[in-house]
Amino acid sequence: MSLRILRPGLLSTVQDRGRYGLQHLGVVPCGPMDPVAFELCNAMVGNLEGEAAIEITVLGPEIEFERAALAAICGAQFDASLGGRALPLNRPFLVEKGATLRTGRAKLGSRAYLAVAGGIATAPVLGSRSTYLPAGFGGHEGRLLKAGDSLPLDDNVSALSHKRYRSLTNKKALAQLRTVGWSSPALTLPEREPIVIHAIEGRHYAHFDAAARRAFFEATWKVTPDSNRMGFRLAGPVLARAEAIEILSEPACLGTVQVPANGMPIALMADRQTTGGYPKIAEIAAADVPRMAQLAPGGQVQFARCTLEQAGELRRVLRRRLDAALRALSWMTGT
Amino acid sequence: MYAEFGDTLDLELNRSLQALAAAIRARALPWIRDVVPALCGIALHFDPFHPQLPASVLEICRGLLEDCFRSASKFEDSGRSVEVPVCYDVEFGLDLPEISERTSISIGEIVERHVKTQHWVLMVGFSPGHPYIGGLDPKLSVPRRATPRTRMPKGSVAIANAQTAVYPYETPGGWSIIGRTPLTVFDPARNPASLFAPGDRVRFVPVSRTEFERLG
Repeated sequence: MSLRILRPGLLSTVQDRGRYGLQHLGVVPCGPMDPVAFELCNAMVGNLEGEAAIEITVLGPEIEFERAALAAICGAQFDASLGGRALPLNRPFLVEKGATLRTGRAKLGSRAYLAVAGGIATAPVLGSRSTYLPAGFGGHEGRLLKAGDSLPLDDNVSALSHKRYRSLTNKKALAQLRTVGWSSPALTLPEREPIVIHAIEGRHYAHFDAAARRAFFEATWKVTPDSNRMGFRLAGPVLARAEAIEILSEPACLGTVQVPANGMPIALMADRQTTGGYPKIAEIAAADVPRMAQLAPGGQVQFARCTLEQAGELRRVLRRRLDAALRALSWMTGT
Repeated sequence: MYAEFGDTLDLELNRSLQALAAAIRARALPWIRDVVPALCGIALHFDPFHPQLPASVLEICRGLLEDCFRSASKFEDSGRSVEVPVCYDVEFGLDLPEISERTSISIGEIVERHVKTQHWVLMVGFSPGHPYIGGLDPKLSVPRRATPRTRMPKGSVAIANAQTAVYPYETPGGWSIIGRTPLTVFDPARNPASLFAPGDRVRFVPVSRTEFERLG
């Protein structure tokens, strides 16, 4: 039994943790743009193995459940309803067979995950269920979800999922919703914009002229509408190079900020190319990439210069906060 | 983390990087997700949130590279040799007339020079299975096109500077097109999915239009 897509929303894809070990063959990992919200969402329905979920973007989908299920939505604050009743986010809820889940527009942040106990069971491609849009494989037929799609669910659920499901089944419905009184923290939602994102100087930082080097860390950058899962294009001052040098193509990574000849920086995101020939002005701290991913087109960001050590510390702090949240969730059942 | 060992194309260096990548992969460190040998360096992609990620990851990686470099000093090539049929008809090799004009070499000779050279896959990147192939006859060296094409046809065989590439997908690209291969360069359902891997030897084999159709 499965999920039936009634309306696809703006950009909905199937994503698991990602496709690793193939970057030397040009295959980028993909996976969730906000892996923190993704892990929390899975944890809420008792999925502990990075099971595939649906990533929804800015304008969410409408989905009919063809069987009863334990589900959760976590990440950006979307308007959501189940069978016409307003649905609270960041907590597990029960969906009855035949019920329709509607998500509307994101009010804060831009991406959220819909996780279902057991996970979405589309066929793995090269070891992962993540959708790779640029090359058209993985996920559901390698493409964005569209109306009429049917996504299989894995009936093999964890003991924790089962326990939570049972406890919610026995619980009295509140306003006709079977959900819990607790919720998970939102660790990646943007506070006031412009958000502050930490970045270290990139390999080619010194190739830019003095004005560009200053502007990068001082300007407020705006995410342009042609941004996507491959990269966020940033509008702001034009970043000029001190000298026109051709660099050989070299590996790029998640969070690399590269600057093509037009002087407009691009922050590389989940579906980025594995190698590139544009100079790199900065590398975003790994801990801040999920927050960056929550910016919608038009969202504003400032880059704060940090050292490699500081970036490492930010990473450890986020890991600890995520671990604490996951530990707390593992104790919660249906209360 | 990216470690660079030079800033110009050097086949010997590139070949030792392939051996280094193999040696690092053999360590199977749980916090290293991807080892990517590149034209003149090597990238180690780690899982930033892995519980076993060492605190001083950069130092550890440096030590790892040095250690593996020693153990990988004996380079053995991957042993793979890939033959790539290419139809060099001008209908496919869109930029052959322009290259011929620029280099003062006839189209026939361009093809001949491209076919008779032994090439190597230096790196795979940009899109799945997209090879950066070294060993191009220096006489065929042309810079990247001033205005990149928005669509390079799938299977395009193209050249720029000292390299050749084969485009697995229809993507934008700034290299000059000299022909087209009927082969599927990347197919996730095939094993191996990628026709090319770093370190492979490559030979281009000219085929007629009829042969191209038959192979495709």
